[in-house]
Amino acid sequence: MNKTDVLIIGAGPTGLFCAHQLGIIGLSCEIVDNLDKAGGQCIELYPDKPIYDIPAVPECTGEELTNNLLQQIKPFNFKFYLNERVEELKKNQNRWNVKTSGGVEFDVAAIVIAGGVGSFEPRKFPVKECEKFEGNSLFYSIKDKSIFKDKTISIFGGGDSALDWAIELSNSSKVNLIHRRDGFSGAEASVQKVKELNDQGKLNLYTKFQMDSVMGDKKIESVKIKHDEGEIKEIKSDYVLGFFGLIMQLGPILNWGLNLNKKTVEVNTENFETSVNGIFAIGDICSYPGKLKLILSGFHEGALAARGCFKYAKPDEKLRFEFTTTSKAAQERLGVKK
Amino acid sequence: MAKITYHTHDNKTHTVDVQKGLTVMEGAVQNDIPGIDADCGGGMACATCHVYVKEQWLNKLPQKEDGEEDMLDMAFEPKNNSRLSCQLIVSDELDGLEVNIPSKQG
Repeated sequence: MNKTDVLIIGAGPTGLFCAHQLGIIGLSCEIVDNLDKAGGQCIELYPDKPIYDIPAVPECTGEELTNNLLQQIKPFNFKFYLNERVEELKKNQNRWNVKTSGGVEFDVAAIVIAGGVGSFEPRKFPVKECEKFEGNSLFYSIKDKSIFKDKTISIFGGGDSALDWAIELSNSSKVNLIHRRDGFSGAEASVQKVKELNDQGKLNLYTKFQMDSVMGDKKIESVKIKHDEGEIKEIKSDYVLGFFGLIMQLGPILNWGLNLNKKTVEVNTENFETSVNGIFAIGDICSYPGKLKLILSGFHEGALAARGCFKYAKPDEKLRFEFTTTSKAAQERLGVKK
Repeated sequence: MAKITYHTHDNKTHTVDVQKGLTVMEGAVQNDIPGIDADCGGGMACATCHVYVKEQWLNKLPQKEDGEEDMLDMAFEPKNNSRLSCQLIVSDELDGLEVNIPSKQG
């Protein structure tokens, strides 16, 4: 059991800055995120796209913003738990017991949900029978590529994941790459490579095709693909891979007894606490009259929520308002050398 | 104002007046029309405001910007008449536009 003052759910910009604010006021925290790295939507959806509305930063990319936020909280040495999704919350007297998908447990005084629009899950095929084969001969990510050796693999998608895996697997497997149009969103060099491999007969490229159905008993044996004009082809396949990016799902947060408004959590604007004492929500996931889904709003919400956590973490102490320019305590926590 | 008609997957039809300058996505969200999630808030970064545009309107719409087709690759059951409704800005020319909302967004 990991004991700390606050658990932050979500390592996007809002969660990271809230961690900073907790550190400044002398609280400890740990951070859980479902993705394999910090940064949230900034890293997952637009790492290279410039952002122009971070105060005092005329232009920066999602990746730069994330790196700067990580740099800013480095002095506090907060621990990250990546690839973990928070599954269960249980009230234990004045504290909370929290359990993640990977079985990590926390004992905390307060929880800050900075979960964006929920956790990222792979987008799936619309064809219903696909569910039956998921995890045995149909995958949305690859953990062990050795199972594909000398097999026939049908890959669907037109982004970098689809292209990169088509190129890599074509070395040791028979690969079909199926995409809904002639254009690709992946890197141009990869597109060229795939076209070359197709011309050399080392890979079969089917464009303007989408999945129609999958056939097989216990495992997939073939897939039917349908052209824009209606033609249907059946291709033998031992495995099917789908790379359609990620979608955000609210997931277990739905079961925590919080007041929800569509896919968002209702909070007050004094300290961004939810309808449940000790649980706060900040950033894109929270809603209140006038809510703006901007990163800068998330920073403000995180600063206030951090102070809201204080009374749960240190009920016998009073929090004094201080500036980092003059507060000795804050500077010590930041490791400022004078 | 322009009249926009949204056909939802439960075979209901919602015709609403949408202020010019708003997007077809915003028209749906502000009028509580179900099926448009718009997770990213209109930034062309998520494909959860995907709609099918009625054929006769297709060539009256603004051209797709770079990136819209890339996002549509990720949409649930994209078709030739697929668009992201956050990229369709309501104007006099679009008065009467009809779109179908897919059964789900992901």
